[in-house]
Amino acid sequence: MALAHFRIDPSKPVLIAFSAFLCALIFLPLSWLVYFSVTDNAGALTPNNFIQLVSDPTLLQPLLTTVQLALGVGLICSLVAPPLAWLVARTDMPLRGWVRVLVTASLVTPPFLGAIAWEILAAPNSGILNQWYRALFDLDPYASLLNIYTRFGLVFAISCYTFPYVFVLVANALDRIPADLEDASAVLGGGAWYTARRVTIPLVLPAILAGTLVALLQAMTLFGSPAILALPAGFHTMTTKIWSLFQYPPKPGLAAAASLPLLLITVVLLRTQHRLLRRRGYSIVGGKHGAPRLLHLGGWKWPAILLCLLVLGSSVLLPYAALIKTAVVKQPGEPLSWANLTLHHIDFVFFEFSATKLALYNTFVLGVLTATLGTALALVIAYLTARQLVWGHRVLGFLATAPIAIPGIVMGVAIFLSYTRPPLVLYGTLWILLLAFLTIELPAGYQQLQSAFRAIHPELEEASRILGANRLQSLWHITAPLLRSGVIATWCFIFIGVIRELSAAILLFTADTKVVSTIIYDLNESGDLGAISVLGLTMLVVTFAVVILANRLPVLGASAPGRS
Amino acid sequence: MKTGVNRGSRFTAMLAIALIATSSAFAAAPAPTAVTPELVKKAQQEGKVVFYTSVDVAVAEKVAKRFEARYPGVTAQIERAGSERIFQRLGQEYGSKIYVADVVNTSDAAHFIHWESQGWLAPYVPEDVAKYFPPEHKDADGTYATWRVTLSPIAYNTKLVKPNEAPKSFADLLDPKWKGKIVKAHPGYSGTIVTSTFQVARDLGWDYFEKLSKQSVMQVQSSTEPPKKLAQGERAIMADGNEYNLFLLKEKGAPLEAVYPTEGTPLITSPAAVLKNAPHPNAARLFQSYLFSAEAQQLLIDAGGLRSVHAQTKEKAGRTPLSKIKVMKDDAAAVEKEVETIKSRYAQYFGV
Repeated sequence: MALAHFRIDPSKPVLIAFSAFLCALIFLPLSWLVYFSVTDNAGALTPNNFIQLVSDPTLLQPLLTTVQLALGVGLICSLVAPPLAWLVARTDMPLRGWVRVLVTASLVTPPFLGAIAWEILAAPNSGILNQWYRALFDLDPYASLLNIYTRFGLVFAISCYTFPYVFVLVANALDRIPADLEDASAVLGGGAWYTARRVTIPLVLPAILAGTLVALLQAMTLFGSPAILALPAGFHTMTTKIWSLFQYPPKPGLAAAASLPLLLITVVLLRTQHRLLRRRGYSIVGGKHGAPRLLHLGGWKWPAILLCLLVLGSSVLLPYAALIKTAVVKQPGEPLSWANLTLHHIDFVFFEFSATKLALYNTFVLGVLTATLGTALALVIAYLTARQLVWGHRVLGFLATAPIAIPGIVMGVAIFLSYTRPPLVLYGTLWILLLAFLTIELPAGYQQLQSAFRAIHPELEEASRILGANRLQSLWHITAPLLRSGVIATWCFIFIGVIRELSAAILLFTADTKVVSTIIYDLNESGDLGAISVLGLTMLVVTFAVVILANRLPVLGASAPGRS
Repeated sequence: MKTGVNRGSRFTAMLAIALIATSSAFAAAPAPTAVTPELVKKAQQEGKVVFYTSVDVAVAEKVAKRFEARYPGVTAQIERAGSERIFQRLGQEYGSKIYVADVVNTSDAAHFIHWESQGWLAPYVPEDVAKYFPPEHKDADGTYATWRVTLSPIAYNTKLVKPNEAPKSFADLLDPKWKGKIVKAHPGYSGTIVTSTFQVARDLGWDYFEKLSKQSVMQVQSSTEPPKKLAQGERAIMADGNEYNLFLLKEKGAPLEAVYPTEGTPLITSPAAVLKNAPHPNAARLFQSYLFSAEAQQLLIDAGGLRSVHAQTKEKAGRTPLSKIKVMKDDAAAVEKEVETIKSRYAQYFGV
């Protein structure tokens, strides 16, 4: 009896260590943020930043714009992505493998690169699509069909690169739903639509909600696309406004205060999500189950393919066609012709531009390190919160989600403030970028793994523990293999997130620690579209290679091919 | 091409002349320094120089390549960003005691006044600066000098606007027929535009910008962008932007034409200086000397489309000579004092 009391569960110290690291990672920058929002330049306590925030119309208007923007993007993503995911996961639509590949391509595309591509396509006068429109109908030189420099243009350009978050989560959830449940409904006389409404949709609802939440928050905190599209349109979003507050003379206090409403909105959204899902159980992976049955589309396959073509044409096919064209022509505005072809941009990027090699190397190293550490961290936190193992698991879950509400720019400053003074002087090294990326990417990883964990009933772990395994052993042997596709998807998510990240990196990079996104931004500032296109296409190829490799690696004890 | 770098036997004589020339004019400036074999040797031991610059990246890389060819064993690393970004980055790095940059150049001369007052710049006068640069283009304390000059003119796309219909002055831009057809850069992001906004507001009044803002102007960030938007045909007219990008694009065949407004064209001087805490102090000085040599200055003109105030350089055929253009007066000290007002008034009118 006394002996049993002394048996140590080795999982406890591991869990505590992880929790402590997480607290430090999130709390340190967050407390600097709060400190800066309530003090003036001399360090004295002051409410002035908040007074200015609510009284200054040039600060309130961007906040309103940002909320509209986020809601617009959330709406579009939640309407477009789930049907697409359902078509891919549950029907016999032709080319559905390609749809997954193209959605992944859209996911790995940095939103600011997409925004630049859409500038090339739909700027009111020089946009390729508008040129075609004029040529087709023989209109005067200023007639235009599309104008990307508008509020809707911005919502559209962001949605193109945010909907994959919803798609991937919903598609993975659909993959995990056992066919038994849907079959049961069908056996009991439920038609296809009834089964979808009463069984399938409720089961993937957490994934839809989680995905929409990620999309919404991404839209709210995105910096690159607004910086490229909103300024020519003549308006500010909260992030571009905050960025302008760091221009000389910098007002970090006001910027910190301006970011707190975004944090508040996130807390409210997360509470709402929690309340919506609280009363329902969503464990769907219990014992054995069969493979999902595919719905026969018949004649409906044509509208289905058309929908996919519309979505993927907007987010991948057209933009990349525009980038490829821009990469090989002298003047982006000129039509494609032999006389206009050039290898100059390719030559410039790889042989003249001294930053290319270093930036590619840094991006790759940071991507792999952040993805590996971030997945491990997110896995532990998701486990703790899903199984409610430690006291304060809810706080832990909140901490892991909080960074998503902080614009990367503000996070960049907060992290800058945290790691430029003893004991941790990391500015000028890759470590500070690693910490920044880890903090910023954690929420996406956590959300993803949390919904994966929710789908796995603890009964399997419990069975293993009853048979004598300790918590870590049962995690490794039982839960991990079940989570394999979720974990790999998370790793890829974070890796891609690092490739896409711009707003924090732009404040934290130095001469020796530049990354691809920062050099693309610098090139855009001076309008070097050809060089940007070459770099963007290179990044796409590298990222794709890494994602494919990650899905082939025999990790987590499974030899089955990955499903995402 | 002439070479303005004086070395070897002439060095002592040059030094003596320069000493006399400058010591009378600038009491506080240090004696001009020529490039000695000893300096080159020390620079080669350091092996590298880091140059923070806002000049067009292709131009910067060309200068670097030419420097490396002339002084083998010293690599020039280019860190190109917009002027205001460089200002922010340097401030951020120095605030954390991180000293990466050796030589710095931005298009906002007011930055140098600020940096000098912070004590971040090292007094250093290259021989060419002492000999060939007019007094108004070098700092009295010998810490910086005008590395390059450009203008911020009006321009139009010749496919969209006929020459006889093109605007001739800033006032012409307020004509309703240009509504929705103008592009311009932003003073919050571009050092060139801070300077040009100051000069235009001073000479024409803020009133001009208030009226211009009603013309549905397309707003971009860097001053290098309006010429590129013009070349793409995205807008027909640019209200401000770099003259050097206009030249480079036009000479590559883009349908562009510069207009030097009758009220005067804003003059943008862009200094360069050696940083006091440069990690490669000798390479920094060698590089600074090279930047101001006749060879590098001529390169800026020929390959960069820029203007030079070096007495031995030649303007390129086909470009309007600087002497034929009515320019507005630059006043970096006033810009330094008024920069916040400039940005906030601008934001008030243009909404961004």
